Amino acid sequence: MNWDLVTYSFVVGVLASAVRWATPILFAALGEVFTERSGILNLGLEGIMLMGALSGFVGAYNTGSLWAGVLVAAATGMVMGLLMAFVSVTAKANQVVAGLGITILGGGLSTLLFRLFFGLRSKPPTIKTFGTEPIPLLSEIPVLGRMFFSHNVMVYLAFVLVGVGWYVLYRTRYGLALRAVGERPEAVDTRGLNVTRLRYSALMIGGALAGIGGAYLPLANLGLFWTQMTAGRGFIAVAVVVFSRWDPVRALVGALVFGGAAALQTALQTLEAPIPSELLLMMPYIVTIIVLVGVSRRAEFPSAFAVPYSRGEG
Amino acid sequence: MTTAEQTQSPPQPLINWRGLWQNIVQAALSVVLSLVVGGILLLLSGRNPLEAYESLYYGAFGTTDRFTETLVKATPLLLIAVSVSISFRCQYWNIGAEGQMILGSIFSVWVALNVTGLPTLPHLALCFVAGALGGALWSLIAGVLKAYLQANEVITTSMLNYIAVYLLAYLVRGPMIDPGGFNFPQSRLIPDALELPRLVERTRLNASFIVALVAAALVLVFWRSTWGRRTEIVGASRRVAAHVGLNIPRTVLLVAGVSGALTGIAGWGEIFGLHFRLIEEIARGYGTLGIVVALLGGLNPVGMVISAFLFASLVVGGNAMERNANVPFALVDVIQGCVILLVLSRAYLFKRASSS
Repeated sequence: MNWDLVTYSFVVGVLASAVRWATPILFAALGEVFTERSGILNLGLEGIMLMGALSGFVGAYNTGSLWAGVLVAAATGMVMGLLMAFVSVTAKANQVVAGLGITILGGGLSTLLFRLFFGLRSKPPTIKTFGTEPIPLLSEIPVLGRMFFSHNVMVYLAFVLVGVGWYVLYRTRYGLALRAVGERPEAVDTRGLNVTRLRYSALMIGGALAGIGGAYLPLANLGLFWTQMTAGRGFIAVAVVVFSRWDPVRALVGALVFGGAAALQTALQTLEAPIPSELLLMMPYIVTIIVLVGVSRRAEFPSAFAVPYSRGEG
Repeated sequence: MTTAEQTQSPPQPLINWRGLWQNIVQAALSVVLSLVVGGILLLLSGRNPLEAYESLYYGAFGTTDRFTETLVKATPLLLIAVSVSISFRCQYWNIGAEGQMILGSIFSVWVALNVTGLPTLPHLALCFVAGALGGALWSLIAGVLKAYLQANEVITTSMLNYIAVYLLAYLVRGPMIDPGGFNFPQSRLIPDALELPRLVERTRLNASFIVALVAAALVLVFWRSTWGRRTEIVGASRRVAAHVGLNIPRTVLLVAGVSGALTGIAGWGEIFGLHFRLIEEIARGYGTLGIVVALLGGLNPVGMVISAFLFASLVVGGNAMERNANVPFALVDVIQGCVILLVLSRAYLFKRASSS
């Protein structure tokens, strides 16, 4: 192992890279907080993220604008959320299986569309990604400056959305209604609020954010798209939501834990640690299982979680 | 993680003859609609869907060879679907078939290569048991975490899939690499004597196909056994099961173990019937296909035999379509996703359609 490389700058660099690894998971987890608060479990995040990655890439490639890519990804994610809403809320299907269906559909559709748009090429199509834009003053704080304030704009967007998410969930009437509909849908219904519409909206918010999270990979990180490039981040995001106990701020902490595992893994590869790279690559997934196990017993799910609502039943 | 289970509608009876016809019609409609969706996508991208589907059809059924190849592909699909049907009927959402199949393959190849001095049949039997054990143990990791620590099995089994993929990648590049394989990521070949006999000369159809059919038949026996009944009660309602004094954690462990074993056997069959060595692609894509086959088959054995055959033909035909008509194989994945979503919402969709 090459310990000479471990300098102050290297360690801070690893911490900063943890934040970048955490960002796509954070977007998806924030959306899932809203979805699960409304009483719906969306296990289709993985598929929605893949569709976001594909559509974001195609959008940016064709318009030349990265922000257009972000918008296209959000819209695509919203449509996928709408589909999940139809199957789980309107058709009242089992949410676990519906989510798997969305994941399989998203994986297949993103691969198919990529091939249909670009064909088989010897060199994959690429785009220029969001560059690093340090925030003046804040980025000069020791350690924290490089860790949190020397990134691309999508990272900052995720931070802002943590605050916005917290505000909407706890300080607006919409947030109150959303939290109520996950606990006592019948009470919300008697107050004259529309349970179906609330849950549809939550799934569309969740879909849009998962779409943006997926788009982070091609737009802010790699400049490329490939099949199944999200590599389980959708499922990890669901685990982060359990860890967060359905709170946007704790979701940030949870996402950083997984980002940390991923960053450590790449750092160990750089340091030529005497561990085969295949085994190092397992680390984020093992950490996910360990963390999930650690929080699951204490987790208090919304009371009406994963229960379809029908008026006059129960 | 209990609310989800309490309120699910109980699984339908194993074979509901009255509803069978309706189910078949709805399942067939779901498949046809999915093919139409795929066709529309092709049309929008300026390709001829009829040509694509014609190529897919000939690829799957064109010659005897193609047809036996479809049966070859149906073999692991049926085994995994049977495995999925057991866990899903218990409302234990094991989506870890890919990882369990990989571990079954690793265990059985290890026994084939490292256990020596046994006569052929006992050796082959030991490999079979090792395959089942590998799948079961991998599945039981998630089973134990669910039964005693309430960790959501969808997350743990999907994470275990990724871990298994990397474990296999490590083994075929490191400890188990074929020394005479020019550094190609694969293990040594298993001894010739352990290769499963072919059912049809000069095709790849082999004895593992029979194993899959037997497994589908045996699962009927399972559902009639005490264990099967227990599984079904726990699946129908955790509350009722607890009320009548069933041990829910133990039932979850049983289900995790049995479904993992069946998937491990699928891995054994692929190795000893087809590849004869560990390769990285051994289980790729089978996990989701198995789930789709199980759901389209209504989680009942007869339905799953039919849908395994159907999806095997889509896979074999889809590969031919990619080669001959230059239509991406991913079309088959899109069809899979559509089939699940349509099967799930069919009660709603078709009720609407017939009442209007």
